Amino acid sequence: MSWLVPLPVVMPLFGAALTLLLVGRARAQRWVSITVLAATVAVAALLLVRATLGGPLVVEVGGWVAPLGIVLVADQLAALMLVVSAAVTLCVLVYSIGQGLADGNEETPLSVYHPTYLVLTAGVCNAFLSGDLFNLYVGFEILLVASYVLLTLGSTENRIRAGTTYVVVSLLSSLIFLVAIGLIYAATGTLNLAQLVDRLDALPDDLRLVLQGMLLLAFGIKAAVFPLSAWLPDSYPTAPAPVTAVFAGLLTKVGVYAIIRTETLLFPGGRTADLLLVIAALTMVVGILGAVAQSDIKRLLSFTLVSHIGYMLFGVGLTTAHGLSAAIFYVVHHITIQTTLFLAAGLVERRGGSTALDRLGGLARLSPLLAVLFFVPALNLAGIPPFSGFLGKVGLVQAGVSDGGVLAWALVAGGLLTSLLTLYAIARVWNLAFWRDPHPDMPGPDDTARAARTDGAEQPHDDPSPAGAVLPRLMTASTAALVVLGLGLTVVAGPLFDISTDAADDLLRRAPYVEAVFPDGAP
Amino acid sequence: MSPNLVYVVVVGVLFATGVTLLLERSLTRVLMGVILLGNGANLLLLTGGRAGGPPIVGTTAEEEMSDPLPQAMVLTAIVITLGMTAFLLALAYRSWHLNGHDEVQDDVEDQRIMELAERDEGPGTADPETTDRVPTARADDDRRVAAGAPGRTR
Repeated sequence: MSWLVPLPVVMPLFGAALTLLLVGRARAQRWVSITVLAATVAVAALLLVRATLGGPLVVEVGGWVAPLGIVLVADQLAALMLVVSAAVTLCVLVYSIGQGLADGNEETPLSVYHPTYLVLTAGVCNAFLSGDLFNLYVGFEILLVASYVLLTLGSTENRIRAGTTYVVVSLLSSLIFLVAIGLIYAATGTLNLAQLVDRLDALPDDLRLVLQGMLLLAFGIKAAVFPLSAWLPDSYPTAPAPVTAVFAGLLTKVGVYAIIRTETLLFPGGRTADLLLVIAALTMVVGILGAVAQSDIKRLLSFTLVSHIGYMLFGVGLTTAHGLSAAIFYVVHHITIQTTLFLAAGLVERRGGSTALDRLGGLARLSPLLAVLFFVPALNLAGIPPFSGFLGKVGLVQAGVSDGGVLAWALVAGGLLTSLLTLYAIARVWNLAFWRDPHPDMPGPDDTARAARTDGAEQPHDDPSPAGAVLPRLMTASTAALVVLGLGLTVVAGPLFDISTDAADDLLRRAPYVEAVFPDGAP
Repeated sequence: MSPNLVYVVVVGVLFATGVTLLLERSLTRVLMGVILLGNGANLLLLTGGRAGGPPIVGTTAEEEMSDPLPQAMVLTAIVITLGMTAFLLALAYRSWHLNGHDEVQDDVEDQRIMELAERDEGPGTADPETTDRVPTARADDDRRVAAGAPGRTR
């Protein structure tokens, strides 16, 4: 079964090469991308089943023995992340294909879109599977390079402006990561995660703290944790809707995954636990206050994205099995829901011609289906029972209460406040965009023509998609599929919590990971 | 193994100059900063390994070999930096194409707050330096007002 492990990285890369050869033949490109991503979902699901039943799967790439070569490790945490992200990328791909078809333009998405999108998927999968710090860096670089291209797609003025900030900030975080890698190698002589477990434990405490701090800084920028999050709400909303959706769902979560992995495997003992908790509280509260002040749906959602990263850090900062398990559940929930919301925002932009709240209104009457597609994930995000957002938050609050420290209680309070403010922000969107009387600028029920926008200069979007009363079927269907997936998380919440608890236990024990890589003991 | 002091000093200088350039407003200078920082990081990686002869079996005794792993990693890192440099250059060129300059611009939120402050409707956080500067700058170019940054080169 271990031959399955490299497939989530290899298949999208081959698919990218194939779609690159097929440039100009949009139909073939579409089928290659869909097939590859569907196969990735299937492989990821198999990996999850196998990792749950039989422990972590390990592959030594190229047959080189572990500390010399690169290892790929599919343990429960990695496999779970793979399943969710592969499913989400597949839905978003279908959505973007639907958008291209609906625009009647074979070149939208541009022909470079498919290869880049597949490379992005390969990078994300590589980062999840990597059992080696340098390979993790390479995974990050693959997904970042692809994301630079996707973010500046079409290279309009706004995207160049936003892309510049994004690229420079990401480059800086990668450099910090690279320097941390250099220092860790100099200190220990290895970069294999399983081998680092023992070697880092042997280092002096102060040195370990420096190394830990540098890794946290690098991953904190990627995960958009509060003092390092300013780049996110500015850069994400300018990209095309499906790109924003997949970025919001996956890229920051890869950072969170890296934080979880390194904090538990390499630096246990929670020396930065208090710091993480404080940062988590600030991320939650500052992020959601930003969201409350926004008047554009996409920007508002970007701020809620930052804010809810705080919940995951809360779980990690508790350093208990409870907290970690809740954090893992929350990551799974948030990948799905945040992506769905951005896709729904894309549909809103299509139907209403804009995502600015002062130009929208009455969408609930004009398009009840769209209203449902937005309303359900929105309530899910805010944490209304019985949705998965509620379950995740309950898990975190329980973990916080059972921890019992002052800081943990403060975070429980902060978490509840953030949840309430999320509900407020979402309710504001609902009232303004869906409930009022329709805005005069919006296309009416019979109006399928492109909405004329002469005054769009201040809009953060350069190329508003053609708006019309009829929502493209494929786009609606893929959004609906994600909404159903989000609802499904509630149905399978029990088994999912079992998996996340198992994964958290394994993470805290550390031995299962090390034994999987080195069955005869670490050299 | 103790690291070579010359390397350490060079890495420090590269980082210091790189960070300074990174803080500049012009994208070309930022690019220079990124290149310097990248070189500094690569050198740092290299310093982490053992020094010695070429790590080829048969030419060097095993205990005199240098550590090949950092060299392999540096090669990868150099390739990545090369790609990034090309992409940043393209960004700078495109920015120059569109705007006639390659300066990093303020984000939408900052611009909005600045406009509010200008009209005295904001939360009262107007930076006196910016408000002084705005009327004179507005005369020559609207866009640069939004940039309104101290220390930009003209």
